[in-house]
Amino acid sequence: MEIPKSFLGYKRENGRAGTRNHVIILPVDDISNACAEAVANNIKGTIALPHSYGRLQFGADLELHFRTMIGTGKNPNVAAVIVIGIEPKWTKRIVDAIAKTGKPVEGFSIEGVGDIDTIAKVSKKAQEFSMWASEKQREECPMSDLWISVKCGESDTTSGLASNPTVGNLMEKLEPFGVHLCFGETSELTGAETVCAKRGKTPEAQEKFMKTWNEYNDFILKEATNDLSESQPTAGNIAGGLTTIEEKAFGNFQKIGNLKFIDVLEPAEEPSKGKGLYFMDTSSAAAECVTLQAAGGFNIHLFPTGQGNIIGNPIEPVIKLTANPLTAKTMSEHIDVDVSKILSRQMNLDQAGDELIKATIKVANGRLTCAEALGHKEFVMTKLYRSA
Amino acid sequence: MAGTDIIIHDKKDNVGVVVIEKITPNQDCNCWIMENDDSTKIQSKNEIPLGHKIAMEDLKEGDTIIKYGHDIGKVVKTIKKGEHVHVHNVKTKKW
Repeated sequence: MEIPKSFLGYKRENGRAGTRNHVIILPVDDISNACAEAVANNIKGTIALPHSYGRLQFGADLELHFRTMIGTGKNPNVAAVIVIGIEPKWTKRIVDAIAKTGKPVEGFSIEGVGDIDTIAKVSKKAQEFSMWASEKQREECPMSDLWISVKCGESDTTSGLASNPTVGNLMEKLEPFGVHLCFGETSELTGAETVCAKRGKTPEAQEKFMKTWNEYNDFILKEATNDLSESQPTAGNIAGGLTTIEEKAFGNFQKIGNLKFIDVLEPAEEPSKGKGLYFMDTSSAAAECVTLQAAGGFNIHLFPTGQGNIIGNPIEPVIKLTANPLTAKTMSEHIDVDVSKILSRQMNLDQAGDELIKATIKVANGRLTCAEALGHKEFVMTKLYRSA
Repeated sequence: MAGTDIIIHDKKDNVGVVVIEKITPNQDCNCWIMENDDSTKIQSKNEIPLGHKIAMEDLKEGDTIIKYGHDIGKVVKTIKKGEHVHVHNVKTKKW
């Protein structure tokens, strides 16, 4: 198949391009959720991103909170942003960082005003942003404007056999077009960590990967109260035939095909070393991982599943594929691309990769994913430790 | 091409994955080895569902399970060729 050279996206002020055109109402903290949701309810064409944290965090955990908030606002799938916090200081820090992209952004704080007057004031600005954004048109953008993140979930052995290698095939075909790519799931590379480290393009990238994996593994060993037999692999993984974390890891690793990664990113960190594949240090929990990748600037996500994970994200469209014929049948409303014919050998990996590329471009052009049509908007902050 | 019951990732692997809805005891199964596009046959000893593994050789306690050409865990209970390989007879070496 000849790979298309372009897709239809929204060009942004900073030169990036979006596959979506969201106006988001971003609460800085848990107690501003009600206000953000009220505004999104008032003003059509806006979406609130409620979450559970943002108070009394400190150190690296607070830095990650800011990085996730700011990265979400900066994502090119977002046309304009309203930030609402209880206090003005942290709100302003987020607004100022998002403003550097050149997109419209405005901050509001609730203290001394109360919810009702804040909602009225914010709604006026949100209406202005929503109507402004609705005039934006899709334009032809080069493939290099696609930033594709990947993460698998509710995996089974069909993931490692077929759906993950299909993603790997897409990566091999799209990397030459200058696409940014990102995989994560630090803990789910356990057992394949030394094989994965060798995929680092430079000795620095290899060392950084091993350091990141060792730190995550030490943390798991420190906190574990048993052999993690009900967490990794999950009950769903085991029902699907996965026996050990090592088996899950080698299946997971198929998603990057034969590519090498340029650098290791902190959670929610934006890549800065140009086009190509990056590894991001993330949890293997689906919503946490995709939220971090979206905050890193990725604008379209590929999600292979075995037993049927149903995750979506509010700003980054999540395309689901499966190679499990039972899942494709029983959960068809969640599956964008069915590659189960690989198992019966009626389809090969090359054909499956082409199908996935076609689906990815359709979604980049605006076709809703199953998760979007079903209303999945999981926005989950990663918390490193307890608040002060 | 049709009629593949089991797929084996790598020729070094000592387990294969069932890719039909299930295999029944004493079923003669066609296996396809992805790495070198080779094929082989095996007779099953147990019923094994889609996605679950079958032992391609006799394995004893302490042996290593090889899949994708790599170590994916250790045998904790003797497994005969053709038997179901899963959490009841294999454990991680990691956690």
